[in-house]
Amino acid sequence: MSITQQALPVGRRLTTVAIRRRARRGGLYGSDRIWAVAFALPYVLIFFAFVLYPVVYGLWMGSDPTLYRQLFDDPRYLTAVINTLLYVGIGVNVKMALAFLLSGFFMRKGWWIKAVLVIFILPWATPALPAYMSIHWFLNGQWGMLNNLLYLLTGIDGPVYLNSHWMGLGANIGAYIWKNLPFWTLILLSGRMAIPQELYEAAAVDGANGLHRLTHVTLPLMANLYIVCVLLDTVFALGDFNATYFVSGGGPAMSTEVLATLGIRYAYTVSLPRLGVAEVMTALPVLIPLIFILMRKLRMSEQQL
Amino acid sequence: MSVARARRVAPWRYRTRRRAVEAACMLLGLVLIVWSLAPIYNMAVIALSTHDDIFAGTIWPENPNLDSFYVVFTEGFWYLERFWHQFGNSFFVGLMTMILTLLIGSLASFTVGRMRLRNGWLLTNAALMTYVIPASFLAIPFYRIMQIYGLTNHLWAVVAAITTFATPYAIFIFSQYGKSIPMELDESARIDGANPLQIYLFIYLPLMAPALVAVGTYALLLAWNEYLYNFLMLSTPDSMTVAVALAQFLNSDESPWNLMMATAIVYALPPLMIYYMFRRNMAAGLTMGGVKG
Repeated sequence: MSITQQALPVGRRLTTVAIRRRARRGGLYGSDRIWAVAFALPYVLIFFAFVLYPVVYGLWMGSDPTLYRQLFDDPRYLTAVINTLLYVGIGVNVKMALAFLLSGFFMRKGWWIKAVLVIFILPWATPALPAYMSIHWFLNGQWGMLNNLLYLLTGIDGPVYLNSHWMGLGANIGAYIWKNLPFWTLILLSGRMAIPQELYEAAAVDGANGLHRLTHVTLPLMANLYIVCVLLDTVFALGDFNATYFVSGGGPAMSTEVLATLGIRYAYTVSLPRLGVAEVMTALPVLIPLIFILMRKLRMSEQQL
Repeated sequence: MSVARARRVAPWRYRTRRRAVEAACMLLGLVLIVWSLAPIYNMAVIALSTHDDIFAGTIWPENPNLDSFYVVFTEGFWYLERFWHQFGNSFFVGLMTMILTLLIGSLASFTVGRMRLRNGWLLTNAALMTYVIPASFLAIPFYRIMQIYGLTNHLWAVVAAITTFATPYAIFIFSQYGKSIPMELDESARIDGANPLQIYLFIYLPLMAPALVAVGTYALLLAWNEYLYNFLMLSTPDSMTVAVALAQFLNSDESPWNLMMATAIVYALPPLMIYYMFRRNMAAGLTMGGVKG
């Protein structure tokens, strides 16, 4: 629905925005105004008490420059930065590419595709904690299911996955993908379903084959949605605490920590809350532009609906 | 001649190709099922095992039994002494988060979208900003703030935290969904002498029902998924939610994994049931907003 509207009129949008703006400028009078303010008040209070206050408090906590010197001297911090880059870069992009492809798969007709979809959603509906704990044990080197299977099928003793930095990081990323892939597949699936069938028919009449229809119909119409999804998930992945904390536990020897978990580790294991805040603040140069772009994109999509 | 040949070859080739595609799809479907179910199967197998079976290196327990569930239900292990109480806590947090998110979110989007509050865009922007701040980055100052408010070890601290992070999504979805409800309804009610509260209660809320169900389910699932804030705010056995109690198992090296997985399954069941109950509404809600491009 939105996608067609996005693709087609540009002029119409301007006029509706103008009308809306005029209506807004009219404002409210008398008791209506009081009602409107009263209705907005709960959220405004929440925002000030639980968002703005902690944000300002955090900025104040992390305002001491010596903290950053201490931080940059810590080799674990550098490891965490690299891990975070890999975690976000691989986790988000691989997941989104898979979600895009799978959304095409789930567009197919047939009862068993629907049945697969119902099972496929299960990881997302399962709470994070039990799921990640299960994956942690699944990958256990000695008694985990994966190595049991490997031994039964091939007679090879599998490696101790979570004892290695790279495999541990890979396990975290894999677990994160496992948990969130269904959600993004559903989003992209609904995006695909919003593309009118006539466009494909018209393309087919013009002699487009499958590949052409993908590159000339599906991709251009899905591009904006895809980018919004990637950006949004980048923010989510950056702040993801559970996968790293429960799958690898940050081990071995804190080599798979990411920014989100290392900050908490600083604050509550070593009791250096200010260092923890400073550590999180070093993500701001990346986070703030991301938030700005995202807010722009989300606002735009809101207007176009 | 070529036409005849084409006629002879094409249907055969077409059929093989279609069969090959179908087979590839079946294979992919199978891979997806195994991928999705492996950790869940693992959870079930461990929960059904006895303590010794876990270390036997099998992929199905020798003598599957429900003993660990019995231990969980009767609170027969020292990490689980207050299990039912903690389960109640989890429900309290989930339900309160859901109710508050729906209430605050719908009120806010009603004034912005329907009453056209001047400077309402500030509120929308504040909500969008909150939506894109990672919750875990705000955890440490949030904890300090809760100490200042004197709410640590109160369930309300967690309710406040999750409501804060769920409401922006609610506002976002509600304002998108609200656009499909014609303004004329409000206007005619206005002419009939209804005040804004009556319009909100008797026109806006009933028509928003699908979005309310979707966002309510979302808030509940978010509360059930949340660990970090639970862990930071709640530390006494009586104030803990199941998530914190569950993670305690990881504190010791020789934890009874079968009990842990049984607890995990019991913990995972309510959201699974709720999700599959409201699956269609969820899909509708997601389509309406969230990250719609």
